[in-house]
This record gives sequence, structure tokens and C-alpha cells, in this order.
Amino acid sequence: MEPLLSLSHLVKHYATQKAVDDISFDIQKGSIFGLLGPNGAGKTTLLRMITGIFYPDGGTIQLDGKHFDPLLDIRDIGYMPEERGLYKKMKIGEQALYLAQLRGLSKADAMEKIKYWFEKFEMQSWWNKKVEDLSKDPLNANLIKDEIYNLAKNGATIIFSTHRMEQVEEICDHIVLVNLGKKILDGTVSEIKQQFKEYIFAIETSHPELIKDNALFSIIERADKNPNKILVKLSHAVASNEVLKYLIEQQIPVVSYNEVLPSLNDIFIQLVEDTHAKARAFQNI
Amino acid sequence: MHKIWIIIQREYTSRVKNKRFLMVTFLVPLLMVGLIVGSAYFSFKGTEERKIAVVDPNGFFKDKLKNSKQLKFEFPKDVDTSNYQAKGYSDILLMPLFEEDKKADYILRSKKSMGFSLQESISRKINAAIEDQMLEKAGIQQSILDSIHQSAQIAELKAYEDEGKSSKESNAALAMGIGYASGLLIYITMFIYGTMVLRGVMEEKTSRIAEVIVSSVKPFELMLGKIIGIGAVGLTQFLMWIIVVVTFTGVGMSLLPADMQNQLQQLQESGGQMGAAGMAQASESAKNIYAFQHVLSTTNWPLIIGLFLFYFLGGFLFYASLFAAVGSVVNEDPQDAQSLMFPITMPIIFSYIITNVVIQNPNTPMAFWASVIPFSSPMVMMARVSYGVPTTVPYWELALSMVTLIGGFLLTTWLSAKIYRTGILMYGKKVTWKEMIKWAFAKS
Repeated sequence: MEPLLSLSHLVKHYATQKAVDDISFDIQKGSIFGLLGPNGAGKTTLLRMITGIFYPDGGTIQLDGKHFDPLLDIRDIGYMPEERGLYKKMKIGEQALYLAQLRGLSKADAMEKIKYWFEKFEMQSWWNKKVEDLSKDPLNANLIKDEIYNLAKNGATIIFSTHRMEQVEEICDHIVLVNLGKKILDGTVSEIKQQFKEYIFAIETSHPELIKDNALFSIIERADKNPNKILVKLSHAVASNEVLKYLIEQQIPVVSYNEVLPSLNDIFIQLVEDTHAKARAFQNI
Repeated sequence: MHKIWIIIQREYTSRVKNKRFLMVTFLVPLLMVGLIVGSAYFSFKGTEERKIAVVDPNGFFKDKLKNSKQLKFEFPKDVDTSNYQAKGYSDILLMPLFEEDKKADYILRSKKSMGFSLQESISRKINAAIEDQMLEKAGIQQSILDSIHQSAQIAELKAYEDEGKSSKESNAALAMGIGYASGLLIYITMFIYGTMVLRGVMEEKTSRIAEVIVSSVKPFELMLGKIIGIGAVGLTQFLMWIIVVVTFTGVGMSLLPADMQNQLQQLQESGGQMGAAGMAQASESAKNIYAFQHVLSTTNWPLIIGLFLFYFLGGFLFYASLFAAVGSVVNEDPQDAQSLMFPITMPIIFSYIITNVVIQNPNTPMAFWASVIPFSSPMVMMARVSYGVPTTVPYWELALSMVTLIGGFLLTTWLSAKIYRTGILMYGKKVTWKEMIKWAFAKS
């Protein structure tokens, strides 16, 4: 399948530092894509190039097989920046109308679409309110999550940029991790978890005292919350079924036996930890 | 271009619809009219009468010291510094015995201290009395002196400006007043509307809406739309002021009593020269109004107003983009704004000081240079043109000043736009002027 968006060897620098340093990846049509990285990694700069705010200093962006032309193509891109906000003293409805018109919609079209979305997110009563009056009734977050799935199902491609991994794990199909302006990971969530797995299994048994270190595995943790659950790390080249066979042979009653994959958060901490990401002077540019 | 128009509309309507705008529009002319009327009222009626007891060992002041509306001199006996208040005098004037060729001090003691202009007037009166006394001693009769004083008041200065064959009555005091007022008005509005741009840009940056908008329009369009929108608010304000003042004056004139309006018309038709009989008939107020109208008519108002609007807009555009550039690099801390604004406010304040010098003397080399350099030209040129175009300011100087101002604002807008588009998207970092200059001159 042809990718919708294809970045190849993108470069962008500010003054002396490279914010984006030779990054390439593809985003498939209809996918929910996660662009991840710590603060200052280059996520925002990448997004600003994809949304036509910045021109890349090097490399190319292809949209739907054609060279990306910001002036024309941004009509088909919706962008909600991580750094976002609204005018404090302007009515919500008027702001929506203003922003939609700046996007290139006629007033009538903008009005029609805004009405549709206000209804969809049950926020009709917000039209005449100002941002400063909004603190009380939060928007139903599930409505938005459902809508994101819905959009993807109907053919939209969604890029998520965040440093909060638990959100990504839940909704993204495919992720790329950037750090210090370079890409350090690229793949589906399950692929990456497989890639970084440490052969750790959780065994739950009614007789935990029977389990001891042996040639097949070593115990790394006896959980406090559930004393019947034990985390073990398999020795090199031991298949998981061999452990199961051993437990049966030893007549240890197994309640459950499953592999524990690392969370994305663990993987990222491991990858990013030593790079002093914070030291980047142009952080948040 | 269509998108700039949408931005201009929002910037304009959100401010013009504001209650504060309407208040300023109507209150400022009212305040100004009130100030003028008030100060006129107090200078004529509000001053108290001072009854001054004079103790004079010389004996000649009794005939020579002239009373006026505010100053009444009396020469009672048995009055000294201890009892003048009890005897109903507000002040006591103690004269020394004047001897020839010897300087002597006279002393004024008062219950309440006297204003500067009244003191001046007393000292003038006393010196005139001494002068008269000396002339009389030299053999000139009092009656001759009186007739000399009278005829001295007949002469009045009428200054004219020669321009080729035609000449036009000029009035330096009015020119100075207009020049001063328009210079001050440009100075004030430059600050008001300049900081309005600064605050608008800061609002968009700190509320994080800027990034949402620049994903739809170019940063330059956003900056220009804001500047043009706010400039239009300023123009609207001035237009409203003119309309309000003209309406007030018109209404005021039509409320004058019918006979006064008749007299005014006669004065106008005869050009102020009604002959003794007619002049005597015309009331004092009608004459005052006529004199005021006549003085105003020596000024070319359409030219002054036209130039004022041009220099307001030019000066605003010149400085507004600089204010926008500063606003774009300010982060949360308003203190940053203060210190970054300093290099912009300095030339504005400095230009205002130059204006006050130039208004005294509009033909110096400094006046010329300050009125063609765009940093100061809006204020300084406005101070000069009220003295007359093309007499005081030749056409070529005016043209040069306008061209440099237009060139100036194109340049500041171009440089500021480059600072703005970087600054508006940058968060959490303190920016120095050195960095801003580097951005401004970086190759795009």
C-alpha cells in the first residue's frame, strides 16, 4: 500500500543546532500514527514542516505520492498544536468561525461545519461563552477518543505527537520515536514491544514457595500485592513452554502463566535516558 | 490577501465594539472643550480682586499707579504690616524712598500669596509709574504722557507670509499651538496604538493561539493584519473626534442669540472693519468669537488635517511593526516586555523633546533633519507644517519627508516580520536584542 505521507531525509536547523537531523519515515493511509519523543526532540519542528509552517532546510515531503505544496495541501490537513490556545475574551463560537475562515472556508460552510461539530461534542451551549467562563464543564473525553477512531475508520490519517506514552499505547498503530533530532525507533507498537522484550514471565500459583531459581529461569520479583504471583526471567534460549513443562512436572499448580512485555514508557526511558535530552538549548522552539 | 482581510476585520471590530473605545471617542473631545472653556473662564472671571494698601514716602505713586480689573491700589493712612488685614486689605506694598541712581527694593506682603502673573503685572505697573515720574521731572506734561500711552496701544502686529506674489496673514501663536497640539497628539497616539499592537501580539503568543493561526496563514499576514486593523481603529477614532468637534461647534453656534449671530455676520461681511459706530454696537462676545474665527481661518485646515492623518499613519506603521516584533519575543514575563520596549520608546520620547525645541524655531538644520528621519519625522514635521507650506516647509522637504517615512516603514515592517515569525513560535526562552537583530538580518 502507498503511504499517505512520506518524509525523506528531512533536515531543519536553527542558528547552529539541528532541530531535525536527517529523519525519514512513512505514514500509512488511514492509520493512527504516534510521533513520540521527549521535550526538545524535534517533534514540533517535524509537525511544523508537515503542516507547512516551516520549510525544511533539506529533504523532501511527499503527500499522497506528490510533492507537498503547503499552500494547496494544508486545506486537507487539520492541525491542533500541542502549544494551543484561544483568545480569552472572544466567544467560543466566534473563534471557531474565525479560525475556520482563516483555514479557507466560506462563512456559510464554516458555520454549517461548526454547528455539526458543536452538536457532535455536545457543546452547543458554549457558543456564547468565553474561554475564561469554561473552567467548569469539561468536554467528554470519550467522545473525542471515539471520534478519532471514527475518523481513522473513515479513511483519515491521524498523527499524534506527545510525550505521554500511555495515551499512545492505547490508540496508535504505528509509532516513531525521535530524540535529539534523530529517529531512534520506527515500527508498530507490538513489533517494538517484541523487539525490546526481556523474556520475563509472570507465574501465578497457589504454592509460590515451591518455585525456586533453576537452570531454566531466575526469579526477579515476588510481587507484594499478590504473593502468589512471581516474575521470572528466562535463561538464554529457553522456550516458554519448557518452563510450563517444568512447572507441571514439579506438580506446581499453575493458575496463570503469561509473558510480560515492557511498556513503551520503559522502552523510551531506556533509550532516551543517557542522551541528556534536556540540555538542548533550542528546546521547544 | 483574502485572509489578511479576515484578520483585519477581527482586529478592527473587536476593538471598535469595545465600550472603552466609545467612551474615549466621546469623552476626549468633551474633555478638551471643557479644558479650553474652563481655563478661559477662570482666566477672565475666576480671578479674585486684590485690594492693596500702598505705603509711599515718595508721594508720587498716588497719581501714577494705575488700577486694573484685578489690582486696586489705595493709599490709606495709619496702615502698617500689623493691621492691613484687619483694615480689609489683601496685601500691603511698602515703598522705599527712591533716590536717583540708587537701586532700592520694595516689599509686598500678602495674606495669601499672589500668582506669578499678578506679581509681574504689579512690578510692571510700578516701573511704569517710576518712568512716568522721571519723564515728568524732565519736563514732559502728564497729558502728553497719557496721549503717548494711548497711541502706543493703537498699533497691532499683523504678520504676513510672502509666497510669490500672494501673501497670507500668518499667526505665529496659532501656528505654534497647532504644531504643539498635533505633535503631542501623535506622540500620545503612537504610544497608545503602538502598545495596543504589542499587547495584541503578546496575547496571541501567551495564549498559544498564534500557532493555531499560523498553521492557516503566514505569520507575516497575521502581523500585518493586526497592524492594519489597529491603524484603522486609530483613524476611526480621529474621524469620530473631528465629527464630534464639528457637530458640537455647529450646535453651539446655532444656540447663540439671534442678534449676536447678526452681528457676527456683519463682522464677517465687513472683514472686521465695521467702522466705529458698528463696532461699538457689536457686543464684546461677538467680537471675541469673530476674532477667534478669523484667527482660525488663517490656517489651511484641510492641509493640516490631511498631513496629520498621513503622519499618524506613517508613524504608526513605522513603529507598530517594531512593537509587534518585541511582542513576539516576550514570554510570560511582562517585565521582559518593559526592558525590550525601551529601545523603541526611547526614540519616540527623544523625538518629542526635539519637537518641543523645533516648535520654537522651525527653520534650523536640526528641524530639517529631524523632519526627514522617519524615527522623528511624524512629530517634528507636524510641528513645522503648521507654520505654513510652502513658506516654512518647502514642497520638496515635505515630499522627501513623506518618501523617507514610507520607505522607513517598509523597512521596519520587513525586518520586524523576520523577527516576528521566529519569535511568535518560540516558547520558554529569553531573547535578547542581539538575537533579534541576528534574526532580522538573517537570510530568509
